[in-house]
Amino acid sequence: MSEHEEHTTHSQGFYIAIGVGLLIGTATTVGAAFVNLGPFNPVVALLIATIKAIVVVLFFMHVKDASEKLAGAVVLSGFFFLAILISLSLADYLTRSWR
Amino acid sequence: MPDSPATTQVATPVTAMEHEAHNPALLHHFVDAQQQKNAASLGMWLFLVTEIMFFGGMFCAYLVYRLKYFNAFAAGSQQLSIALGATNTAVLIISSVTVVLAVKAAEAGKRKVLVGYLAVTVLLGLTFLGIKGFEYREKFERHHVPGPTFQFTDTFDDNGRQIPVDSNEAQLFFSLYFAMTGMHALHMIIGCGLFSVLAVLAWRGHYSPGYFTPVENAGLYWHLVDIIWIYLFPLLYLISRHS
Repeated sequence: MSEHEEHTTHSQGFYIAIGVGLLIGTATTVGAAFVNLGPFNPVVALLIATIKAIVVVLFFMHVKDASEKLAGAVVLSGFFFLAILISLSLADYLTRSWR
Repeated sequence: MPDSPATTQVATPVTAMEHEAHNPALLHHFVDAQQQKNAASLGMWLFLVTEIMFFGGMFCAYLVYRLKYFNAFAAGSQQLSIALGATNTAVLIISSVTVVLAVKAAEAGKRKVLVGYLAVTVLLGLTFLGIKGFEYREKFERHHVPGPTFQFTDTFDDNGRQIPVDSNEAQLFFSLYFAMTGMHALHMIIGCGLFSVLAVLAWRGHYSPGYFTPVENAGLYWHLVDIIWIYLFPLLYLISRHS
């Protein structure tokens, strides 16, 4: 029962701080887009987006505090299959130059 | 042998009544409220994973065409408004904060605070959709909507070099733009509807610290929609902007 009580709740200030952090992340994404990083522009943009997504999943969606490990496994399996979808599709399309 | 069924028969109604006295929302096939909540939460996460795969297909299509027709994608992207896109990102992030504060209020049993945060969330969602609609209108006016009237005469500004692009390739960018942001907007509309219903139910006192699973699960949905936009914004709006 005590596990139930302690999960989910952080202070209001904590959530607002996370929100401010995400806004700063957005500003950083926009700022970085105007700097010429060559091929690394999209890499940096996606890196920041992924950090933001992980912050949302961990602190807003509370995967971190979920009492069931199963929920975490489900989330990871989702990203695993997404990675298969994208990597195998690109392995096909990016290697078609011979045709 | 006749002994054990008799004891369970006596025991079951008592525990059931105890539970009902505690929490009318607890369904009979769950051991306790926590188990019921875990089951609902797991189901929601499974649904969210199917959503990730659903959008993943579109992200994959985007990736393949962006790599193939990079100049056209960059030229198309340079026609989108970063200010509006960034504003919408901020609006969604703030709405995610209000959602998480709504869940916190529900957990604390603060009914009016909960209704307030849900209402603010709906308003932020509608703000997002309003800005999106404004952007769509501009696309119609400039004939950037895929179809027979599609026109694209802009060039890809590659550090001062103006590279002309194939209008059909640019149309592919705008097709993906409308498919992805449109499907995202549909999710936003559904989310606004969900939170409107939840606000009414919360106002009527349907939720208590012992039972607020619908608020929590709608929150999970909203955060996922937020995450999808977090990826859509740089991928659609910020291609080759350093020129």
